Amino acid sequence: MFIINCPYCGERDQTEFSCGGEAHIERPKQPTELSDDQWAEYLFMRKNIKGIQFERWNHIHGCRKWFNVVRDTSNDKIHAVYKMGERPPIK
Amino acid sequence: MSNNLRINKNNFIDQTVRISFKFNGKKLFGYKGDTLASALLANNIHLVGRSFKYHRPRGIMTCGSEEPNAIVQVDKDPALTDPNVRATEIELYEGLEAFSQNCWPSVNFDIGGINNFLSPLLPAGFYYKTFMWPASFWEKYEFFIRHSAGLGKSPTKPDKDLYDHQYVHSDVLVIGGGISGILSAKLAAEKGLNTMLINDKSYLGGSTIYQDDDIFKIDNETSNVWLKKQIEELKKIPNLKIKNRTSVAAFHGYNYLLARENLTDHLSAHERKEKIRQRLLKIRAKKVVIATGAIERPLIFNNNDRPGIILSSSIKKYIDYYGVKTGENISLFTNNDSAYETAISLIKSGVKVKVIIDIRENSNSILSDKIEKTGTKILRGYTITNTGGYKRINSIDVMKLSKDGGSVIGNKITYKCDCLGISGGWTPMVHLFTQSGGKLKFRNNDNVFIPDENKTPSEQISVGSSNGDFELDDVINNTIKNIKIFLGLDKNKYENLDIKCSKEKQKRNIWLLPSNKPISKTKPFLDFQNDSTAKDVKLALREGFKSIEHVKRYTTTGMGTDQGKLSNMHALGIIADTTGTNMGELGTTTFRPPYTPLTFGAIVGRNVGEFFDHTRRTAIHDWHVENKAEFENVGQWKRPWYFPKNGETMYQAVQRESKAARESAGILDASTLGKIDIQGEDASEFLNRVYTNAWSKLSVGKCRYGLMLNEDGMVYDDGVTTRLGENHYIMTTTTGGAANVLSKLEDYLQTEWPELNVYLTTVTDQYSTMSICGPNSKKIIKKIIPSLNLSDESFPHMSFKNSKIDNVNCRIMRISFTGEHSYEINVQSNYAKDVWEKCINAGKEFNITPYGTETMHLLRAEKGFIITGQDTDGTLTPSDLQMDWIIGKKKYDFIGKRSLYRSDTIREDRKQLVGLLTDDPKEVLEEGAQLVESLEKPIDMLGHVTSSYFSPNLNKSIALAVVRSGKKLKGKKLIVPMENKNINVTITDTVFYDKENKRLNA
Ligand SMILES: [Zn+2]
Repeated sequence: MFIINCPYCGERDQTEFSCGGEAHIERPKQPTELSDDQWAEYLFMRKNIKGIQFERWNHIHGCRKWFNVVRDTSNDKIHAVYKMGERPPIK
Repeated sequence: MSNNLRINKNNFIDQTVRISFKFNGKKLFGYKGDTLASALLANNIHLVGRSFKYHRPRGIMTCGSEEPNAIVQVDKDPALTDPNVRATEIELYEGLEAFSQNCWPSVNFDIGGINNFLSPLLPAGFYYKTFMWPASFWEKYEFFIRHSAGLGKSPTKPDKDLYDHQYVHSDVLVIGGGISGILSAKLAAEKGLNTMLINDKSYLGGSTIYQDDDIFKIDNETSNVWLKKQIEELKKIPNLKIKNRTSVAAFHGYNYLLARENLTDHLSAHERKEKIRQRLLKIRAKKVVIATGAIERPLIFNNNDRPGIILSSSIKKYIDYYGVKTGENISLFTNNDSAYETAISLIKSGVKVKVIIDIRENSNSILSDKIEKTGTKILRGYTITNTGGYKRINSIDVMKLSKDGGSVIGNKITYKCDCLGISGGWTPMVHLFTQSGGKLKFRNNDNVFIPDENKTPSEQISVGSSNGDFELDDVINNTIKNIKIFLGLDKNKYENLDIKCSKEKQKRNIWLLPSNKPISKTKPFLDFQNDSTAKDVKLALREGFKSIEHVKRYTTTGMGTDQGKLSNMHALGIIADTTGTNMGELGTTTFRPPYTPLTFGAIVGRNVGEFFDHTRRTAIHDWHVENKAEFENVGQWKRPWYFPKNGETMYQAVQRESKAARESAGILDASTLGKIDIQGEDASEFLNRVYTNAWSKLSVGKCRYGLMLNEDGMVYDDGVTTRLGENHYIMTTTTGGAANVLSKLEDYLQTEWPELNVYLTTVTDQYSTMSICGPNSKKIIKKIIPSLNLSDESFPHMSFKNSKIDNVNCRIMRISFTGEHSYEINVQSNYAKDVWEKCINAGKEFNITPYGTETMHLLRAEKGFIITGQDTDGTLTPSDLQMDWIIGKKKYDFIGKRSLYRSDTIREDRKQLVGLLTDDPKEVLEEGAQLVESLEKPIDMLGHVTSSYFSPNLNKSIALAVVRSGKKLKGKKLIVPMENKNINVTITDTVFYDKENKRLNA
């Protein structure tokens, strides 16, 4: 069980958070212009990498803020935490 | 029976305190400080159980948590009985009562023992191969298997004991109370770090604390005397907490560990009263030191499982620590120097060592030289090929090993003995290290898996024999050196200790020792608890199993309650030998938590009974209780289900309540519906985006029903939202969906539409809601709030007014979930019960009838209103629900809109919501029942019933269902096949009652 450094509250136990899956999947601005395949790409396709993954997390039992986490899924090491709308600090 | 098995050592056992206990009903005595195992051995009881598959007699084999055989049932009380407890870990207390397991009818006469003679028929995978086929026979086998096999019995009554959870935060956590753990904890604590030392025994010091031979000396004192001084100093350090009788069960990432502290298991029944039995420690440590030691390996040879065959180091502990002789005529069998330490202890205590069989050609160490000088017979380069005896070993057959160790040569020599100590070397306890994510490396010279320092998770270290150091000087020097770096310490007093000890010079390892018989005629046990032999492993390999994880499951090696602590290494060794693989490449099976079994009590702690989950009660709850409501759990809420009168059944009460609500007036506590206060200048735009219909044009003071979808186009939640002001709305959600809807809306606001100026606040608990419906509802409201203009012009359906009931502010909405003329009163929760009682009093003359969720469901079903989560299941679009009218066609976008015309969602043969009428109006369908067109096989399932009731207002059975292409099937006859009859139904419209909605304004 890891410790997450909420950008608003600081370090807290993982149990206070919930994971919202892959980050940086932007909701299309004009969904009606998209083909079925393009929409399906947004709707269903997620990477689920073994290694460095960019994720959305919500401090659900805390400040209720959403933010981004860079986590290595092979060892749960968290490499960076940054706010929504910010660019990932690492590639 | 011999009475002189106890010698007077008096070091650790208090022979002035006699303790009486019972084993298998027989009254016995031991002393304070004994374990159940040591007390049994002192009473010359070795046979304690039967093995799992062959029911062979099995005896105490170890003195610790690795014990595979001596697992017992403790206590007879059906609420307190504890199965599968290791006798080697039970501290003796007055009145202890323990029983053998896995033997029927008794340990001395066991009917399953017949399996032993059938064993050629019970090879690896026997259970899979035989009992799984033919499947119909399983029922017949099951009785026999469950009766004669199986381990302990679960308690049959609720656990009376108290359990606790505690969070622990420490700078340094040291796991293990042996010499390396003690030195690590001392160095950490003396540096001023907040330190915790966890030790699974009742005493500190590990095996060094009873090592009193002068071969082992530290600064000119025997190692036990020196260590004792360190422990005395340790106990005085204020920033060090010592947790004895505590075992780490799991080591997770980020140094999060779970440990079970035993607080009363060593106490007699009257001393336990009112005390917490076990505490689960949830530890977060900045740094962790693993000092869990090593356990001795057995040797794998023919019939190596007889009672009286004990690990050599355990024999030493029984004599040195407990003062118990495990036999009077003991022989030792070894591949390393450890057995010679045991021999020294035995000889010192006056126990005869008949012969030491050492598979090595020579040993040349201080230890073996010392034994050599005593004149003890040592057979070098020999092995044991067989053992004799049934309920206790009585002889060993010994033969010379060939040079390559693959066979035996020469003549067989037989020795009598009543106990055999075996030592196959040492296995570092790396379970916790690997659980935490560490990777192992294989050390070839002594065949051990040890922590790879390059693949160790950060902020942890392994020291001592759990790190592969087995000699006293290596243990101390490496621990000191590595802890110094790990904790960033300066020079310390332990750096230049004068340590004397014996050093092992010769090594020889043979995983499966040969016999003069072919392997098929031998029983070399690997896993003593699960009865798998080396033969089984070889058979599995022949049958094509390659992965060690598969071999493990197929042969059940390592799958007992001991999790293969003794057996896994040999299984790996035999696989490696047989397949010609290097053990390092083979790797190990996965070490999973818990390291030792945990009680369910410790896991759940105080979260039992009423504390299992939170209970939410509405502000009006007490009134419901006073008025004899039956309650239903909806999420965490307790909601009135129905209000039975005069012994009514649920059916009768619901029929009465439903009729009253339509004929005069009903009242419902709707406070559990989720309420979200929405404010901000973009509130209308926000609602436009989250609901399927249009919101911009809703004027202040009006209410609107809304449907919310997921991005995949499926209905997610629904409810009425009211515009309280220009930029102020109050949204209602379903009871169960409240928290998730809020989270989902927050998610969109924060991540997709941060440009919107909108604030969401949950006010579910702050406001209470009561809904009054029926033709007389208007008169009741008039009585409570005479000043309110209730005309349809001033206060039409789907509108809202702020008002006051006496001095209490309230919001009144004219909305209806029943199809009746109705009002919803919202007040601040602390006034709710008072306002509710006012409504009841005002409604008395109209027979106002409180109703619960069941009547609410019936009334809305009569109107064909859906309940999300009952009539929907996350696979239905608005169109599937025949609710196309609620899609804002002109809206550019809303959550889920694009999905409504994906190729899959526009299919016409999707399941769609329909109404159902039974041909026999009295026949009520079961919710969940399947719908089919014909009974000809194969039967095509068309859909299922989602809601079903007997409607008292229509005097017939009604139901809602989802049916493939249902929209097109109105009038179609279908069949609901039930267990003992087939029910004929007809597809209808979803609205059964008041199709023209005349009653809303009645
Ligand atoms: Zn936070």
